[in-house]
Amino acid sequence: MNFDLRLPIGLMFSLFGLLLTAYGALTRSSKIYERSLGINVNFWWGLALLVFGGTMLLLAWRASKQPKT
Amino acid sequence: MSIQLAAIDYVILCTYFVFVIGIGWALKRYMKGSTDFFLSGRSIPAWVTGLAFLSANLGAQEVIGMAASGAKYGAMTSHFYWVGAIPAMVFLAIFMMPFYYGSRARSVPEYLKLRFDEKTRGFNAISFAVMTIFSSGISLHALAKLLEILLGWNYDACIAISASIVLVYIFLGGLTSAIYNEVLQFFMIVLGFSPLVYLALKDVGGWAALKEKLIPVATSQGFEAGTWSASWAHLGSTTANPMGVEWFGMVMGLGFVLSFGYWCTDFLVVQRAMAANSMSAARRTPLIAAVPKMLFPILVILPGMIAIALYQGGDKFLPFVDHDPAKGIDYNMTIPMMLVKYFPAGLLGVGFTALMASFMSGMAGNVTAFNTVWTYDIYQSYIAPKKSDNHYLWMGRWATVFGILVSVGAAYLASKFNNIMDMLQLVFGFVNAPLFATFLLGMFWRRSTGHGAFFGLVGGTVGAALFHGLALSKGAAVGIKGGWLAHTLGLQTLPFPFHSEMAQNFWMAIVAWTSCFVLTIVISLATVRNKTDEELKGLVYSLTPKPKSENEPWYQQPVTVGILVLAATVVLNILFW
Repeated sequence: MNFDLRLPIGLMFSLFGLLLTAYGALTRSSKIYERSLGINVNFWWGLALLVFGGTMLLLAWRASKQPKT
Repeated sequence: MSIQLAAIDYVILCTYFVFVIGIGWALKRYMKGSTDFFLSGRSIPAWVTGLAFLSANLGAQEVIGMAASGAKYGAMTSHFYWVGAIPAMVFLAIFMMPFYYGSRARSVPEYLKLRFDEKTRGFNAISFAVMTIFSSGISLHALAKLLEILLGWNYDACIAISASIVLVYIFLGGLTSAIYNEVLQFFMIVLGFSPLVYLALKDVGGWAALKEKLIPVATSQGFEAGTWSASWAHLGSTTANPMGVEWFGMVMGLGFVLSFGYWCTDFLVVQRAMAANSMSAARRTPLIAAVPKMLFPILVILPGMIAIALYQGGDKFLPFVDHDPAKGIDYNMTIPMMLVKYFPAGLLGVGFTALMASFMSGMAGNVTAFNTVWTYDIYQSYIAPKKSDNHYLWMGRWATVFGILVSVGAAYLASKFNNIMDMLQLVFGFVNAPLFATFLLGMFWRRSTGHGAFFGLVGGTVGAALFHGLALSKGAAVGIKGGWLAHTLGLQTLPFPFHSEMAQNFWMAIVAWTSCFVLTIVISLATVRNKTDEELKGLVYSLTPKPKSENEPWYQQPVTVGILVLAATVVLNILFW
């Protein structure tokens, strides 16, 4: 079956990461972060999701370059 | 209590739904026959089946229930992982997967047919099919009720949307779609709840400060100071801990009978390992699942412990059951209320999506197990044998629709008549408890016979029901909670009084398992063998060539990895003694 699960996982979490990072940057002076102990969790966790999603995409891309056995 | 989600939260939720259905759509073209639909063509790599094996068990009971138990019982809840899961998963990987996978059985009930006889398979297949579909309905009801209370969403709409999404992706891509989505859901749950653990632990001042803050939680209920932060230290007697369980009931009831009965014989989880692309991958599946499983208490139990420490310290953010202080704290709202407490808009969308993912992965697991058992073990065996492969693929798809519709019906039944569901779950408990004895004797004792297995199972089920009728926990009313037989017989004193309902359930499982084990041996010795040694090759340990893994690297050898996993579990038990 020619379907690499890392591709949709990577895409989805990269998208979530982009969304959260952008939203975190836009709302950085907002009061909404009082509940998260003053930490802009959207921005930082968005970056973490972006790294995770990007790694998954990279792994899927590398696997697609391998010759099929 | 209604909470407003922001636009970004809805964007995240909808994006997740698009990906879930998209995976089903992408896999549709690979569903060419019934083997593809029900068994994923046995083509899935071990890392995928391993995470799906874990995720199929990550239903509502896991995320919501274990956090609730973390608040209610503290660190003792970790026994459901380090005693009640990991040893059984290692046993399944090393000893049982070679039979399930090597026998080429397409389901657990089919293994029982190959090993014993048709009536044993029928008993297991029919009871399993009914149980899974009602479990799916209960999960659906819990999700809709939660969303109705928390977000003010319409109950009917929640049921319709959740059921439709699960239906679409399973109808299109069968077991493969369920497995792939379970992996997506696994990452969603881990990445959705991890920030909660960090923020809550930071808020409470770290682990040492949490232990300090849990002392008044224990002492206010009459227990010793460290009861909420220790897992074994207070298991000496039933009165010394909030679970009301002693160490033998815990180790034998939960750690052996219930745990091995679930992880080693429940087709819902075993089906994931049976979809692996090789014997080696099938054996590694439960071991891969065991690694995150042993760390899951950090993700689900710890937030519950922090919640009760904060509540005891004066932050009264947990609601009462039915808003009635007399009914006590609604522990099932622990995780949702923690999400609302710490997550701002944006991350709250990720957290709620993770919560929905946990419900949907549990439901999808039930539906895929149901459609396989229905099609192979009931429809093909008793209703329409010898049809074409395409016919069974068609039936599998319609069994999915039927399964979802019955789940929806069961959800409405649960919403209207809670007692009926309690009754059904009680009966499921009677049927499940003795199962592992049948499998253990079937796999490791070639002399066990079909009659022995069937009547042993029936005897174990009856034994569980009789014990339930003679036992009752402290403060419980006679009836669905037990004691009904003692009441009917007019007994003045209850033969088996228990300190808690949990202890009663653990001991009921021990009685059921022992009844089944003894009866199966006695009846097998009194009846003629119905299978020759030749027929039992690949089905019984002593007659099956052992799978070799010496040529594989150490991290792919099931025995080596199994020993490492068990050693790590022992270390965790000692650390949180």
